[in-house]
Amino acid sequence: MSKGCDLVVNGRSVHVDADEATPLLAVLRDELNLRGTRFGCGTEQCGTCMVLIDGVPDFACTRTVESAAGKSVTTIEGLACNGALHPLQQAFLDEQAGQCGYCLSGILISAAALLERNKRPSRAEIVEALDKHLCRCGMHNRVIRAVQRASAAMAGAAA
Amino acid sequence: MISNSLPQSLIDNPLLSQWIAFDEPGRVRVGSGRVEIGQGIVTALAQIAAEELDVTFGQVNLVSGQTDFSPNEGFTSGSYSIAIGGASIRLVCAEVRSLFLERAAEKLGCKANELSIEDGRFFRAGKDTGMDYWAIAGDVALDRRASGTAPTKLPSSYRVVGKNIPRVDLPAKVAGAAFIHDIVAENVLHARVLRQPWRGARLVALDESAVRKAAKAPIEILREGNFVAFMADAEINVMRAAEAARSVARWEGGEPLPDNAGTPDWLKAQVARDRTVETGLKGRTEGKVFSARYSRPFLTYGSIGTACALAQFQDGALKVWSHTQGPAVVREWLARALSLKASQVSVFHRQGAGAYGHNTADDAAFDASFIALRHPGRTVRVQWSREDEFSGAPLSTAMAIELRAVLDHDNKPADWTIEIWSPPHAQRPGYNGNSNFAGAEALPNAPPLNEVGDVPDERGGGATRNAYAIYDLPRHRLIHHMLPKVPLRTSSLRGLGAWANVFAIESFMDELAERAGEDPVTYRLSLLSDPRPRRVVETVAQMSGWFESKTLGEGRAHGFGFARYKNIAAFAAVVVEIEVDEEICLKRVWCAADAGLVITPDGARNQIEGGIIMGASFAMKEQIRFKDGRIAAAGWDDYPILRFSEVPEIDIRLIDAPNEAALGLGETSVGPTCAAIGNAVARALGKRIRDMPLTRERIMTTLLAE
Repeated sequence: MSKGCDLVVNGRSVHVDADEATPLLAVLRDELNLRGTRFGCGTEQCGTCMVLIDGVPDFACTRTVESAAGKSVTTIEGLACNGALHPLQQAFLDEQAGQCGYCLSGILISAAALLERNKRPSRAEIVEALDKHLCRCGMHNRVIRAVQRASAAMAGAAA
Repeated sequence: MISNSLPQSLIDNPLLSQWIAFDEPGRVRVGSGRVEIGQGIVTALAQIAAEELDVTFGQVNLVSGQTDFSPNEGFTSGSYSIAIGGASIRLVCAEVRSLFLERAAEKLGCKANELSIEDGRFFRAGKDTGMDYWAIAGDVALDRRASGTAPTKLPSSYRVVGKNIPRVDLPAKVAGAAFIHDIVAENVLHARVLRQPWRGARLVALDESAVRKAAKAPIEILREGNFVAFMADAEINVMRAAEAARSVARWEGGEPLPDNAGTPDWLKAQVARDRTVETGLKGRTEGKVFSARYSRPFLTYGSIGTACALAQFQDGALKVWSHTQGPAVVREWLARALSLKASQVSVFHRQGAGAYGHNTADDAAFDASFIALRHPGRTVRVQWSREDEFSGAPLSTAMAIELRAVLDHDNKPADWTIEIWSPPHAQRPGYNGNSNFAGAEALPNAPPLNEVGDVPDERGGGATRNAYAIYDLPRHRLIHHMLPKVPLRTSSLRGLGAWANVFAIESFMDELAERAGEDPVTYRLSLLSDPRPRRVVETVAQMSGWFESKTLGEGRAHGFGFARYKNIAAFAAVVVEIEVDEEICLKRVWCAADAGLVITPDGARNQIEGGIIMGASFAMKEQIRFKDGRIAAAGWDDYPILRFSEVPEIDIRLIDAPNEAALGLGETSVGPTCAAIGNAVARALGKRIRDMPLTRERIMTTLLAE
C-alpha cells in the first residue's frame, strides 16, 4: 500500500507523504509550503485555518489529510487568479479591512464561498457566514463593508 | 501648540545616526523601536518622516524593531508610539533636512533658504539643482546629537501627514504568508515547551514513554528543572508530544490559585502596600455621603494567533526572531537570563497576530533561545498551543474599586475618594529587575523574584491609570492598595487599570446624576469647565441624539461614558444604545474623539473602533476563572469574546485639531465604552450591575434580587 494520499490543491494535483492522521493544516503549511492558512486554536473555535474543500469552507486544523484525499482544496493562495487579486482581496485593501491581519486568510475564504453561492448577500447574511471567525482587533464592520464592496464589484464586472 | 522639547526616545537615543541613514540610493532608512502590532504604526511613522524630509512616502524605508539597526525605545505600549516615537522622528527628520540644506547651499554657493526639496531632490528657484540627499550624504555627518531646534513643518503645509496612506503591511496579509509563523528557515528544529500550571509548580512525574508514543515519530526531550521541551524535525510531532505531556504531567507545590481568585473579597484579603494621595483643598467636608463598589475580573489578552519565535546560536552569536513589543529590552533580558553579553544577542522583530499588551511573545523568544543554545547551528522554532496561551500567558489583573463622594447642597461632589485594590499591571521583561520569562522561572536555580511594584503615576500608573477623574473636583483622595504578593504574572492589557477605573468613575457619575435628578450628560458638563473635553462630550451627544431620545422603550436605553486616556492622551466620549432581555444586545455606538493632530485618520478610526469592540467584549463577556489551582480556560469556548453577530454599527467622529500635539489614541475608547454599556444597562434595567462582565448570569441575579 502506498503511503500518503493525493489531492488537488489550488487547482494542482499533489501527492503528499504525511501519515493519514496528519491535520490538513500541517500538510498545507509544512509539506506544501502554503503558509497563508493559519493555526489559531486547533479546535475549530477561531476560523483562522479555514479552507475550501470542494468549494465548502472547512477547518483545516481538525480535518485529516486523509479526509481530503481525492478532493479539491482551495487556500488563500488560490484566491488570486493569474496574479490578479481576487475582488475580495482588493476590496479588503480598498476598505483597509485589517489591523493585525491574522484572521484575514480564513475570513477571505469564507467570504469567497459566500459570494460564490450568494452574489448580493445582506449584512445579516455576511455576518452569519463569518460568525465562526474570531477577530480580536475589532475590524468586523470593515470586513462586512469589504465583502459588500466586493459583491458590488463582482456584480458590476459580470454585468 | 505642538512642543519641540526633546521627547524621551530622543533623550535615550540622542544621535541623529541612530535614527536615519541614506545608505540605499533613492531610499532613506528611518529607524524606530516601535513595532507593528496591528495598529498601523509603521505606516504612520513613515508618513511623519516623509513629511519632514520632503521625500515621497515610498522613499521611506522604516526599519522597526531590529536591535542592530533601530533605536531602543523600550516597549511599544501606552499609546506613546506617535506621541513620543513619532515626535522623535519628526524632530530628527526636520533637523536632518536642515543640515542637508545647509550643506547643499554651501556647495551651490547660495543661501539655504533659496533651496527647496521635492521627492528628495534639491531645487533652487524652481529649478532642479541635480543634487539630492544621496549625492551629498557623505558630506553630512549624522553622528551628532539631535538639538530638537530645527524648524518643523507647519500643519497647514502638510502633504503626507493627515492623509489616508494605505497600510504598508496589509497587501501581504490578504495574500498569504505575512507573519513570524510563516518564516521558512533552513535546518529548522521544531520545539514545544511544557508549561507549569501555576507559579512555582514542581514537575513530579512525566511518563516520557507515553509522550514519545503520542509523538508518532522520534523526538528529543530536554528536561532542566521544571522546564521541559520536546523537539523534532516536524512540527506535528512536537505538537502531539506536548499535548500528551500536558495530560500526563503531575505537578506539586508552588502557589495554586483558589477558585475565588479575582473576586473583590479575595483581592481585599491579599497583602497590600497602601498609599494615599490627597489633592485639592485640605481637610474634610461634611454633607451627604454616597458610595459604591465596582470590580473587574482577571482577563487574558487573547491574541488570535499563538506565540512564535525562532532562534539560532552560532559562533557565539544568538539571533532571535520575535513578535515582542520591546525588541531592545528583550535582547538585554535574554542576555541576562542566558548568561550572555547583550552584544552577543540580536533581536529581529517580525509581525505576529495582534498584541494588546504583554502577551507570550517574549516567553516564546526565551524558549527558542534557551533551546537554541543547546543546539548550536539549528534554527529553533517554538510555537505555543492555544491551551498554553490561555493557561500560561500573563494575566490582566482583577481590580476592586470603591468610590465615595460627599455632596454639596447642589448634589455636586465636594469631596471625592477613589480606593483601589489591585496587583500590578506591568511585569514585562525587566520590570522590577525580573526577567519575567515563563521559561526562566521553570529552570533549576532560577533567581528569586524581586518584589513587584506597579507602574508609577508619573508614567501613567497601572492600577491608578485614569483613577483621577477628569471632572472639576475641589478635593480628591486616592487610596491605592497595591497587592505585591499575588502569585501570578499580572501584566499589561490595553489600557491597564484605565478601563476599570473609567467604568467605575463614569458609572458613579451616572449614579450621582440620578440622585441629583439631572440628566447624566448635563450633570457631567456642569463639572467640566475645560472647553476641550466639553466639545468632545457635546459632539457625541449631538451625534447620538442624546437629548432628543431620552426614552427608547421597554428594555432599551442609551448609556454614556467619557475619559481622557491617562488624563494626558486622547479624549473619547461614547454613547451606546442597547437592548436588554436576558442578555445585552449592543445596537449602536457613537464615539467622538479628540486626538489633536491625527497622522492617518483612517488608521485612527480603525484603532478607535477596535477599542470600542474590545471594550464591549471586556465589559460584557470576558473573565478568567480558576479551578484546581489553575486557569480554567483551554479554548475560546471557555473564554468567549465579541463575535461578528454581536458587533454593532459604529459611528466615529474625529474632532479636527491639527494644531494641537498628536495624542496617543490606541487605548482611549476602551474605558468609555465599558462605562457607556454599564450605564445603558442600568437605565434599561432600572438596576445597576457594578461588577464586570455584565453577563446574562449577572443580569438574571440582579433582576431576581428585587
